[in-house]
Amino acid sequence: MSPKLGKQNIISFVVGFIFAIGLAVSGMTQPSKIINFLNPWEWDPSLLFVMIAALGVHMLAYPMVRRRTSPILDTKWHVPTRKDVTARLIIGSMLFGVGWGLGGFCPGPGVTSLASGDLRAILFVGSMIAGMLLFKKTEPYLKLRE
Amino acid sequence: MDLNQALYSLIGGGLIGIAVTMMLLFNGRVTGISGIIASSLAKPTRDSLWRWMFIGGLISGGIVIRLIHPDFFINTSARSTIAILVAGVLVGYGTVMASGCTSGHGICGMSRFSVRSAVATLTFMVFGFLTVQAVRYFAGGLI
Repeated sequence: MSPKLGKQNIISFVVGFIFAIGLAVSGMTQPSKIINFLNPWEWDPSLLFVMIAALGVHMLAYPMVRRRTSPILDTKWHVPTRKDVTARLIIGSMLFGVGWGLGGFCPGPGVTSLASGDLRAILFVGSMIAGMLLFKKTEPYLKLRE
Repeated sequence: MDLNQALYSLIGGGLIGIAVTMMLLFNGRVTGISGIIASSLAKPTRDSLWRWMFIGGLISGGIVIRLIHPDFFINTSARSTIAILVAGVLVGYGTVMASGCTSGHGICGMSRFSVRSAVATLTFMVFGFLTVQAVRYFAGGLI
């Protein structure tokens, strides 16, 4: 393994670690907070504050970072550049939204919550992985443009 | 929700912003958690180890939280096991189909003003809202 790949792996671990702490501190590992964010009658604005802070930091940092010709540990950027809004993007987001409102988990908090030993988090992540594999199996039959 | 909770959410969100910025600055990558998980399911290669390291970081962070602040994992939602299982399949299927979730589209994509990510985020927010309302209506406010 080249030294840069090794360093990239360490960064990935640290990023995952900080991300998990951020999710937990902000209340995002409590599904009732997500569900009540989506419920104006018992509104919990936590997610709004999380988005404001996360977007605020990254919106400021993004253009500064992209002024570099390449990332510190790689020779090129791996940032998506597509601009086309496809049926696949919209239908996929609809399905995700339904699942998100139904369970109160999205992928990051789900995986982070595995550490809690909470049965519902474990079931969520297991069925999420099944859903991901199911998509890969059914993708050829969807006839939706990538 | 008191002022303290708002402050915690802002601090946590700031940490998430710092984390995704580190991923971009050092590795040149978007921190899209659904994509990282889905790609980690493929046959592992030398270049894909970073995904497992990221997932390991997430779980390690979770373990530290469990040790020092276990109440961050309190799950007071009344959702049934069946609802959670259906939710998981929909989240897995939908996020791979849409190439992203709350992190990849909601934070990383929106920060660089990606139209695709803005459309995806608006769509999953609206359908999440509709689903919560449907559960309230049909399950008698079982929230």
